[in-house]
Amino acid sequence: MNLTLYVWRQPAGSPSGQLVKYDAPDISPDMSFLEMLDVTNERLIARGEQPIAFDHDCREGICGSCGMMINGVAHGPMKGTATCQLHMRSFKDGDTIYIEPWRARAFPVIKDLVVDRGALDRIVAAGGYISVSTGSAPDGNAIPVPKTDADAAMDAAACIGCGACVAACPNASAMLFTSAKVGHLKMLPQGQPERGRRVLAMEAQMEAEGFGGCTWHGECEEACPKEISIDWIVELYRDYIWATVVRREERAAEAAI
Amino acid sequence: MTRFGVYFRSTVGRKAVAAVTGVVMVLFIIQHALGNLLIYQSAANLNRYAAFLKDKPGIVWPVRIILLAAVGLHVWAVLSLAAQNRAARPVGYAKRTPQASTLASRNILVTGLLLLAFIVFHVLHFTTGTILPSTHMPMDVYGNVVRGFRIWWVSLFYFVAMVGLGMHLYHGLWGSPRTLGVENPYAPAHKPIPQIIAIVVWALFTSIPVAVVIGYLHL
Ligand code: FES
Repeated sequence: MNLTLYVWRQPAGSPSGQLVKYDAPDISPDMSFLEMLDVTNERLIARGEQPIAFDHDCREGICGSCGMMINGVAHGPMKGTATCQLHMRSFKDGDTIYIEPWRARAFPVIKDLVVDRGALDRIVAAGGYISVSTGSAPDGNAIPVPKTDADAAMDAAACIGCGACVAACPNASAMLFTSAKVGHLKMLPQGQPERGRRVLAMEAQMEAEGFGGCTWHGECEEACPKEISIDWIVELYRDYIWATVVRREERAAEAAI
Repeated sequence: MTRFGVYFRSTVGRKAVAAVTGVVMVLFIIQHALGNLLIYQSAANLNRYAAFLKDKPGIVWPVRIILLAAVGLHVWAVLSLAAQNRAARPVGYAKRTPQASTLASRNILVTGLLLLAFIVFHVLHFTTGTILPSTHMPMDVYGNVVRGFRIWWVSLFYFVAMVGLGMHLYHGLWGSPRTLGVENPYAPAHKPIPQIIAIVVWALFTSIPVAVVIGYLHL
């Protein structure tokens, strides 16, 4: 199939860029979307032009490296998949495809389609962990966890941190990401001691990074390659209010003194 | 900063302010829509209801003050949130195809500003009689309504504003319980409730100018 691409090109270190038109002839419908870009890049290199820079690693939807806006949809038209799992059979011969990087103040463009998602790492660093003394691995069933809780924690933990929720959100909010990272720990016994502090710190970090807030558009859930539910944001809000009012950890710390 | 200071500075806290004040206003709106139904009983009943309220400044004035505070806090919260959300994406997309958001969710700020303008107009029109004083007679609510809605552009403005109200409630009522963390995500039966309230409120309010225009309600 023959396609027309409009790709965002932005040189490294430049504050601005533009959409550049490329022809992509002879594309097999069995190619993945990233393979289509690989082929386009080889042609660019053969012509002595700069290849299109884009992030990718596992190419099987588990690492969260890839991600681009494809015709105005995060990760393209296939639901519940990352860009690397999208195949060209999702397009028709003669289609025009717009390819843009994730857009958010907190995601500065490094080059072309590559953005710096370090802000998400800093949200996790603010509280997305549990503090335990390390040692040998504990016995698997030492702490009983109800199956429904374990399943819910697993659903939230499926987040691969690709940033599609931010890209899709009209407010460029990272609330779905943050709520998933808060959520998978809060469902488990190990996450309880720091539960209040965690939600306050991670939410504060999200805002400090310059992300917007949630207004329940629901675009994030729709864009998420792991189909993480927007209901995790309800859970975050509930915990946030609880943490503000109850302050369990601070009280415990005061009682200990 | 105190913990409550942190709360209200965060988007979560300001959203909670918007949600609580929104719910307060919706409770009033439902009461208002139901009170309006008296117009279909008789002119005398509607006017008697208005006189009854006028007789109770001890109820009316606290309610007015609460509503005014709710409007003020709601506007402050949403405008500051909207500014923050806008700043979060300085460079937009050349092409964007919405997947899940609705007309109501994307235009909530527009419908909100429309409602703000409408509230000012509505109070100046029916409560104080400042706008169109020739159609306004004290203590004759029924007559004021009929005379007011016989002016085509007044009816049209009310009609458009009520479409805005329906859309605003449609999205706002869906989001508010979620923002307050009280919605049970595992209760799908809750989902249509905000939609039903929005449609009923819209229909009740819209019916009155329509009834005047088609001549069902007359002097
Ligand atoms: S490249 Fe790893 S998720 Fe797409």
